[in-house]
Amino acid sequence: MEGLGAWLGRIGLRLMTALVLAFIYVPLLLVIVYAFNDNLVATWPPRGFTLEWWSRAINNPGFRGALASSLIAGLAATATALVLGSLAALAVHRFRFFGRDAISFLVILPIALPGVVTGIAINSAVSTIGIPFGMLTVIIGHATFCVVLVYNNLIARLRRTAPSVEEASQDLGADTWQTFRYVTLPLVRTALLAGGLLAFALSFDEIIVTTFTRGGVQTLPIWIFNNYRLANQAPIVNVVAVIAILLSVLPVYLASRLTSDTAAAAGGRT
Amino acid sequence: MRRLRITAYLAAGAVALGACTTASSAPTFSPPASVGVGEGALTVLGWPGYAEDGSTDETVDWVTPFEDETGCEVTVTTFGTSDEAYRLFTGGDADQFDVISASGDASVRLVAGGYVEPVNVDLVSNYADIFASLKDQPWNTVDGVHWGIPHGRGANLLMWRTDVVTTDPDSWGAVFDPDSPYAGKVTAYDAPIYIADAAVYLMATQSDLGITNPYALDQAQFDAAVALLKEQRTVIGEYWSDYTKEIEAFTNGDSVIGTTWQIIANLMGDVPVKAIKPVEGATGWSDTWMINSKTTHRNCAYLWLNHIVSPTVNAQVAEWFGEAPANSKACEETVDPNHCTIFEAAETSFWDDVYYWTTPTKECLDGRGDICIGFDEWINAWTEIKG
Amino acid sequence: MTAPIASDPVSRPSVGRRLAAFFHRRPRAALAVLLAPPLGWLLIAYIGSLALLLVNAFFRIDPFTTDIVPEPGLQNFERMLDQEVYRVIAVRTVLTAVAVTVSTAILAFPIAYYMARKATPRIRGLMVVAILLPLWASYLVKVYAWRVILAEDGILNWALAPLGLRGPGFGDVAVWLVFTYLWLPYMILPIYAGLERIPDSLLEASSDLGARGSTTIRRVILPLAFPAVVAGSIFTFSLTLGDYIAPQLVSSTQFIGSVIYSQVGSSGNIPFAAAYATVPILIMVVYLLLARRLGAFEAL
Repeated sequence: MEGLGAWLGRIGLRLMTALVLAFIYVPLLLVIVYAFNDNLVATWPPRGFTLEWWSRAINNPGFRGALASSLIAGLAATATALVLGSLAALAVHRFRFFGRDAISFLVILPIALPGVVTGIAINSAVSTIGIPFGMLTVIIGHATFCVVLVYNNLIARLRRTAPSVEEASQDLGADTWQTFRYVTLPLVRTALLAGGLLAFALSFDEIIVTTFTRGGVQTLPIWIFNNYRLANQAPIVNVVAVIAILLSVLPVYLASRLTSDTAAAAGGRT
Repeated sequence: MRRLRITAYLAAGAVALGACTTASSAPTFSPPASVGVGEGALTVLGWPGYAEDGSTDETVDWVTPFEDETGCEVTVTTFGTSDEAYRLFTGGDADQFDVISASGDASVRLVAGGYVEPVNVDLVSNYADIFASLKDQPWNTVDGVHWGIPHGRGANLLMWRTDVVTTDPDSWGAVFDPDSPYAGKVTAYDAPIYIADAAVYLMATQSDLGITNPYALDQAQFDAAVALLKEQRTVIGEYWSDYTKEIEAFTNGDSVIGTTWQIIANLMGDVPVKAIKPVEGATGWSDTWMINSKTTHRNCAYLWLNHIVSPTVNAQVAEWFGEAPANSKACEETVDPNHCTIFEAAETSFWDDVYYWTTPTKECLDGRGDICIGFDEWINAWTEIKG
Repeated sequence: MTAPIASDPVSRPSVGRRLAAFFHRRPRAALAVLLAPPLGWLLIAYIGSLALLLVNAFFRIDPFTTDIVPEPGLQNFERMLDQEVYRVIAVRTVLTAVAVTVSTAILAFPIAYYMARKATPRIRGLMVVAILLPLWASYLVKVYAWRVILAEDGILNWALAPLGLRGPGFGDVAVWLVFTYLWLPYMILPIYAGLERIPDSLLEASSDLGARGSTTIRRVILPLAFPAVVAGSIFTFSLTLGDYIAPQLVSSTQFIGSVIYSQVGSSGNIPFAAAYATVPILIMVVYLLLARRLGAFEAL
């Protein structure tokens, strides 16, 4: 029934998929290669094999400090974004009010406007007000553009959950908080997780807004940026990148499993 | 408020100038008369490599000894360009950084904006041993008032791949030639201050323009420099502002000739390169350690200033970063006994035709009056040149 | 689950329950409580900062001290419009953003389609992880990796040499290539989500009505996936519009972000940077309004 065209289409699809995956991963494989390269400068072909950079990276207190800063900033920004994004999503989903459509526009603005614009805007505002630059301003900057990730995930999930479930809960005598805690939250938990994970990833890798709001704080991207400029340090950065990827495999895998499971349960494709 | 203070300083300085013969007299504002016990903390804003505390390389650390000795807990922040330094130092918190290592194209602006305070050089015992040609220069001394302690210096050199560029050039003409055989592989420093390098070349090749100071350019001189750079743009492969980028470019063959720092030439490993100061002279840089006018850790600041230009530490910094030290006694302390010779640290005529970075102002630096082009126009022109 | 509460009519209900009842009776109050924190944050922290920045666009700086002189005027906008270089840079940035959007869409669609409709659930899960993982490799590291790839003696030229070809080297093409690489996951994920949402029944109906595979793709799947493509394009477009790091590392050309950054960094000329920032702001606001029209917001 399908014929040659469809068969070619299938082969072509798989080929394209494989090529795109290769396109995505060849540069990353190169990073891994250079993390072991026995040369200060990244040349092609690589010179030799060494574990020197690994020991230097792990022992580097600057790297450890920067990693800690990034984790703190990421967790705080994600937590803030979770709270703000959830409140906004619940409000937009539950109620009809004037300006409802504008909310989704407003929420997406921080991430849609270029980072350099957001960065200098927050920078001028903070300088004008006079609060000190530091971890607080970094978190404020990150949380602001992370809200949309939680908001979008949550609202998409809320739209797909049947309202009848909540109504049934209320019929059984539960008040608002109980309904939320025992009925709504389990259904949307994975959407929050997905949103939170994306928000954390974005905050962890963010450099442009951070440059303008950091004061003296060194997050990991800032540390990487500074160390690329030092000829003795450049290979260590490749090691750090590999470590970051390795560390993220497990959480990303778990998160994607959780989201896909519940996505199928909440409404799926039929 | 800050403007008022700086005018007061300059006025006081002008009065003091008449009464002073040596530059090391104290200006007549209220700097400390002595350095007391450290306040316990110090924040340093410095070029990467200037204030190493072991976090880059465990064996490279002159901050921890300072902390142990003075009790001043040091926090170091680094930056990539003078402009970033200026922005960090002046934006945000007024007293966030106690000291800064400012190149000449940032130091004068900091002084003008009232962001730094004059330094009582009598309180810095190692100041006496600093090379005389670094003292009392326009980027660290204004109207006889000292605004900081010299750190070290270097010249911007011409470097090329000896295996690609077959005849050794001796002139900046090699990078300004629009018919260059290396078109697409020429590199230049990516900052508006590079316009001065064009001016240095014009000083020799178009002497009828009458340029005497490459940072003091009137409209006609400025236009000529900009025209030269627009012509150069056609052969430029890439501009560089961080030196790993240039090392990579020369190693991988993307650049074969262009402006460089000595440190870059040293780090090229077994890639065959040569670096010289061309016959026309060159621009250069001389950094100054300055103290924040709003600092709350003045004692620690003075202790740091004395520490960083002490012979041992100055030698360590000079070797790590790759520059000529400021303290003449540092030359005996370098690990490589030839360091000072390679970097021309001692008073040789090498520095006679090196024009240190300094901020161009409307008021001409060579004293011709209000006819020169200010740095904001340099920035504007630089955007135009790069296209 | 707990048993229903308030079974004893005499005892007072708990505080939580009374609060819930209060909000239930007063939806406006509930809405206010829900909306105040996020709205307050966004309006004050973000819109407020933007407004402050845009007000600065009408000021100028004292060239010597770089203090902002709060005398309103149009000098920044005049300079922006008069000097040709700023127009050239803006056009170049927008064209690159369009090119990047197109190339990422073309690359993303097949792989998203495969993931959404052809892959087994297990493969799909792994592929989602595979797409997300590069987002954790630092942006800077990826750009530097491309610098090495595109270098004169780099891997691309080395690989193409036997074919007698050369890589693009550094320049505008390199920037387009690197941006395509960097933003690809941001395009793949929304398209994948959008394609996943298409019910199987629609496709079955389409083939029941006699459409062959390619027709179904063209007339059913593409239109349904289009909002998702627009959603992804919001990211690719805006990220390209404002980036200054990648252009600096793989080319010597200037983009809008480069100009804004150097104006703030070099001269502290925030007024001019603010004025030039109105260009990408206006472009993105218009783009967002269009995208919303096309239904992209539901597909994010």
